[in-house]
Amino acid sequence: MAARQTGLIAVLTLALLSACSQAVQPGAPAATRRLVSLVPAATEMLFAIGAGSQVVGVSSYDRFPPEVSSLPRVGALLDPDTERVLSLRPTLVIVYASQGEQAARFEAAGIRTYTFKHGGISAAFNAMRDLGRATGHEAEAMAAIERVTEQLNAIRRRVSGRPRPRTLLVIGRQPGTLQGIYASGGTGFLHEMLEIAGGVNVFADVERESVQPSHETLLARAPEAIVELQAQASADEGLERRVWLPLASIPAVRTGRIAVLSGEYLVVAGPRLAQGTEALARALHPGAFGGEEPPVSATASSR
Amino acid sequence: MTGGTPAESASPVAAPRPSTLARARLATTLLAFGLLTLVTCLLAPLVGSSHVSLARAFDPSIPFADNVDAQIFFVARLPRVIAGALVGAALASAGVVFQAILRNPLATPFTLGVSAGASLGAMLMIILGGALSLGPWSPVPLASFAGAAGAAALVYWLASSTGRPMSGAVLLLAGVTLNAFFSALILFVQYLADFAEVYRAARWLMGDLDVGGFGPIVASLPLVLVAFGLFALLPASLNLLSVSDESAAARGVDVVRTHRVAFVSASLATSAAVSLAGPIGFIGIVVPHLVRLLVGVDHRIVLPASALFGAAFLVACDLAARTVLAPVEIPVGVVTALLGGPFFLWLLVRQA
Repeated sequence: MAARQTGLIAVLTLALLSACSQAVQPGAPAATRRLVSLVPAATEMLFAIGAGSQVVGVSSYDRFPPEVSSLPRVGALLDPDTERVLSLRPTLVIVYASQGEQAARFEAAGIRTYTFKHGGISAAFNAMRDLGRATGHEAEAMAAIERVTEQLNAIRRRVSGRPRPRTLLVIGRQPGTLQGIYASGGTGFLHEMLEIAGGVNVFADVERESVQPSHETLLARAPEAIVELQAQASADEGLERRVWLPLASIPAVRTGRIAVLSGEYLVVAGPRLAQGTEALARALHPGAFGGEEPPVSATASSR
Repeated sequence: MTGGTPAESASPVAAPRPSTLARARLATTLLAFGLLTLVTCLLAPLVGSSHVSLARAFDPSIPFADNVDAQIFFVARLPRVIAGALVGAALASAGVVFQAILRNPLATPFTLGVSAGASLGAMLMIILGGALSLGPWSPVPLASFAGAAGAAALVYWLASSTGRPMSGAVLLLAGVTLNAFFSALILFVQYLADFAEVYRAARWLMGDLDVGGFGPIVASLPLVLVAFGLFALLPASLNLLSVSDESAAARGVDVVRTHRVAFVSASLATSAAVSLAGPIGFIGIVVPHLVRLLVGVDHRIVLPASALFGAAFLVACDLAARTVLAPVEIPVGVVTALLGGPFFLWLLVRQA
């Protein structure tokens, strides 16, 4: 009932508003002018391919590039504010794959949607190309893809020939303890970034994006290096490294080859993929980057 | 259990013979359950997602830090089994006690809001606490224990502030209402939180026995022991109380005091168990009923047998949780319900 009403109002509003906006700005093609992104990775892509000036609304989790700080927020994955999105008169809304109902609502209101799905690096490239086509920036999108690909190849070349440590890539953990560990499994962009950065994922055989390993599994997999990714820098980085000490038989713990990297760019599958990959490569192979890096250090603090 | 309990001294004929018979039955039943638990606890650490050489694990010539087998055995497996036994025993016996004092077969250790309080505490710590350091104690178990104890104290105060002696009905209503209230608060806190934190919090709610060492076990052991010590005072009175308060009082049971001891000890056991391993469901209801189906309703047998069987049951469930899909783990709370539900229904149908 309520949904139907919202839908109806949405259709009416949109019909009126799109008529107005077409009248005001007849210059650019109508389909590409006003973009709302509910996905931070997609927002980054839009700015990277030169469509940043067309973005009129972003999700509440968007923090990059800095330009987004002045844009209206329209909720996020679980709580997109339909009314607010509609009031921004978008012509294209970028939604997550899980927001099918939301997308249908926008489509019913005559707004095109693009469904974004996280996956591997190639999925990120595909999304960038699709967004380029949808916004009239295809050439720039192809150039951006080319650029990131070249950066990734450069990292590959830099670490090639070096011994590839069996690496545990931790993507989440209860701070200060070894509880609630999430590690990268054998699929997804983080796994691919790790392999490009010259590491071998200890959970490469697990056909999932994330694994919640038990202490036993961690001990049995015996990683030679541990890299922890954090969106925000932890309060006490020394403590976060010390929590591993009880698992002393893990080679990485014994040799102290534990790196804690922080920064949102590490966990967003967007145009900054190469930067994240380079941070991983520097943590795993400091010698490949001029050698001035100490053997084990937090090579990348938050940017 | 020594000497004439009120039940026995009340029966006018031939006290000694039934008493020795009952004692023999108690001994054989507990011996059987004890053996089951012992065997489960001895076998469980030998099985896991990876192969461990026991000879290497117990070889003192290899330094512990270099000995993977010893680390897997002593850091990963043994603490899990001990935590499982402790938590299973605590939840199962708390279930028996709550079912008796509330005279409600559907009562569980979580009916009176203790687990919701614990969950709220843990949730607040996971979401707002960050990397708060509290010396030797991990912040999340501490916060969940505080939440559980707080909830129990609140229910107790509500139920006993009516002026009358603590009533089961008021206790039940207050507990169920607090449960709903805390659950709403939990949802609210989760809604305000970040993705990663909500994920971690949701995982905590599924229960996890992978405590990663003996520290957390040692921290909750005194609480569980005190609770078990208090449980030992209860069985004879619970037998009479489960009929009615009046008949229990008529046979010399101090009803108010028994209620108080039962409530405090069961809440303590539940709080300690939840703070150690999260709110693992189903044990507190399925184990007591299973045991009753097997051995009858006498609390002198049901209470210790439930503790033993609860321990064996949770250790076995955790064994399944960590091996079936290895290296991916199934949350143990999911396994207890998946295994316990059908098993219980089968027994129910077979008996009927």
